[in-house]
Amino acid sequence: MPVKAMTSMERVLTTLGHEEPDRVPLFLLPIMHGAKELNMSIKDYFSRGENVFEGQMILLEKYQNDVLSNFFYAGVETEAWGCDVIYREDGPPNAGAGFIRTLVDIETMSIPQIGEHDCLNKVLKATELLKNAVGDSVPIVGVVISPFSLPVMQMGFSHYLDLIHDHKDHFWQLMAANQEFCVAWANAQLAMGATAICYFDPVSSPTIIPRELYIKTGYKIAAATLPRINGPTATHLASGACLPIADLLPQTGSAVIGVSAEEDLGQLKEAFKNKMTLLGNLNGVEMRHWSPEDVHRIIKSAIQKAAPGGGFIISDNHGEIPWQVSDSILHTISESVREYGHYPIKTS
Amino acid sequence: MSLNQFIDSLLAMDRIGLRHQLANEIAQGSAILTIETLVVPSLEEIGRRWEQGNAALSQVYMGGRIMEELVDEFLPSAAPERRNQPAMAIAVLEDYHLLGKRIIYSTLRASGLELTDYGTVSLEEILHHIRRDKIKILLISTLMLTSALRIKDLIQQLADLTSKPLVIAGGAPFRLDPQLVQEVGADATAAGAVDCLNIVNGLIEGNHAG
Repeated sequence: MPVKAMTSMERVLTTLGHEEPDRVPLFLLPIMHGAKELNMSIKDYFSRGENVFEGQMILLEKYQNDVLSNFFYAGVETEAWGCDVIYREDGPPNAGAGFIRTLVDIETMSIPQIGEHDCLNKVLKATELLKNAVGDSVPIVGVVISPFSLPVMQMGFSHYLDLIHDHKDHFWQLMAANQEFCVAWANAQLAMGATAICYFDPVSSPTIIPRELYIKTGYKIAAATLPRINGPTATHLASGACLPIADLLPQTGSAVIGVSAEEDLGQLKEAFKNKMTLLGNLNGVEMRHWSPEDVHRIIKSAIQKAAPGGGFIISDNHGEIPWQVSDSILHTISESVREYGHYPIKTS
Repeated sequence: MSLNQFIDSLLAMDRIGLRHQLANEIAQGSAILTIETLVVPSLEEIGRRWEQGNAALSQVYMGGRIMEELVDEFLPSAAPERRNQPAMAIAVLEDYHLLGKRIIYSTLRASGLELTDYGTVSLEEILHHIRRDKIKILLISTLMLTSALRIKDLIQQLADLTSKPLVIAGGAPFRLDPQLVQEVGADATAAGAVDCLNIVNGLIEGNHAG
């Protein structure tokens, strides 16, 4: 008997419960493509919450997407801490040089207050408009950078690794400040209508730090931070590996894990079965060259490996599809999910 | 002492033990010999483990940094034993993610090579530096796809130089998309620090960049 069509929210909640919805949910995240739709530069597009709202609503309809995202760019948080944002014509705005240059800067820094910064307010505005438009029919995903990963932008990656290894007191002082900001920022987005929060934590990936160091740092911080967020959370390692810490990630309280194109979906499914929902793992960088045949082959394979039994949302592996990926490829991805993603999944 | 013990000390970041071990080895041979038989193979092994998913980037970075500091101590930049090599530089194009560059820089220096670190530069700046320093081998590290694509513009502009440097590009976009190196027109791509070191050594030994 054919399964009754669900709303995007029902589809996502069902798969999060590790049951099979009507079809595999699609989280297509061409974050910057809204600017193309509105015929604006990326800089202008991200200058107002109203623009991102309008762009997201167009993309939702155009690709029959199952998600709305209030994500602007990663540097929106460090902008509130006083960093510059460097805009590009053909890529995501980049965080400029960090504001922590010496250990004294950590001792004297003050935590940005939500509501006092235009860069945060525009994100909250977009969230509110999205919620007003779709109510509870489509999940709206908010984003925070984890307290443990934010310092890459606050002070630069190599200086941050030096801090973790050589200046533990200052490291924990920075973590305490970042945690307060992260919790307040996540809860502000939830209060404006976000359904869930994506906790971006790439530094916790075993690609970046060894498991033993993760247990002493990123894991501890996630386990202390996530319970203070007033809604469901997804952890995203932004294309970093996760299998070596697959036993620990569910214990942080996160319901979803963003998984890498560099790990096998079959192994990931086995490791996280009935514990966390997989989000991924399409290779956004390679996607630029995909032919329609490539799209069909890759989508079909991903669905066959990870979708049976639920607990799978198809998406890219980084949390943002590059500007250079064409509309035609995005359309083909959306069509392929409809072609191969209806339950029960045909596995041959 | 065995190479495995040295690698274990490096992964444990035991600076004091490593300094002691290096001093002992150098006393029995020479600094260059110790670099070739102990330092380079240990950094290569850690880099190889990262490329295979068996070590973390932080271990590659910290290992390279510690070795660079110790090698500088035993073999200062101006030491006559340092290798004779073509002018080499490393840079990041319009990007503030500098960890990859720092890892490559430390690994190459810890291996007895010298290179200039241009930091984050624009297209115009890097062209000026290449002409001024008569660079023969240029390493470009990337994290963002847009920075990687900028290499294509650089390569086009380099074609006007009478002595064009060989360009080795690397970083996450090149790992995720094997076609990217051809797309931007770089001479080679390195999967990580160990791969980069091998490519540079190959270029120097083959005198392609002399």
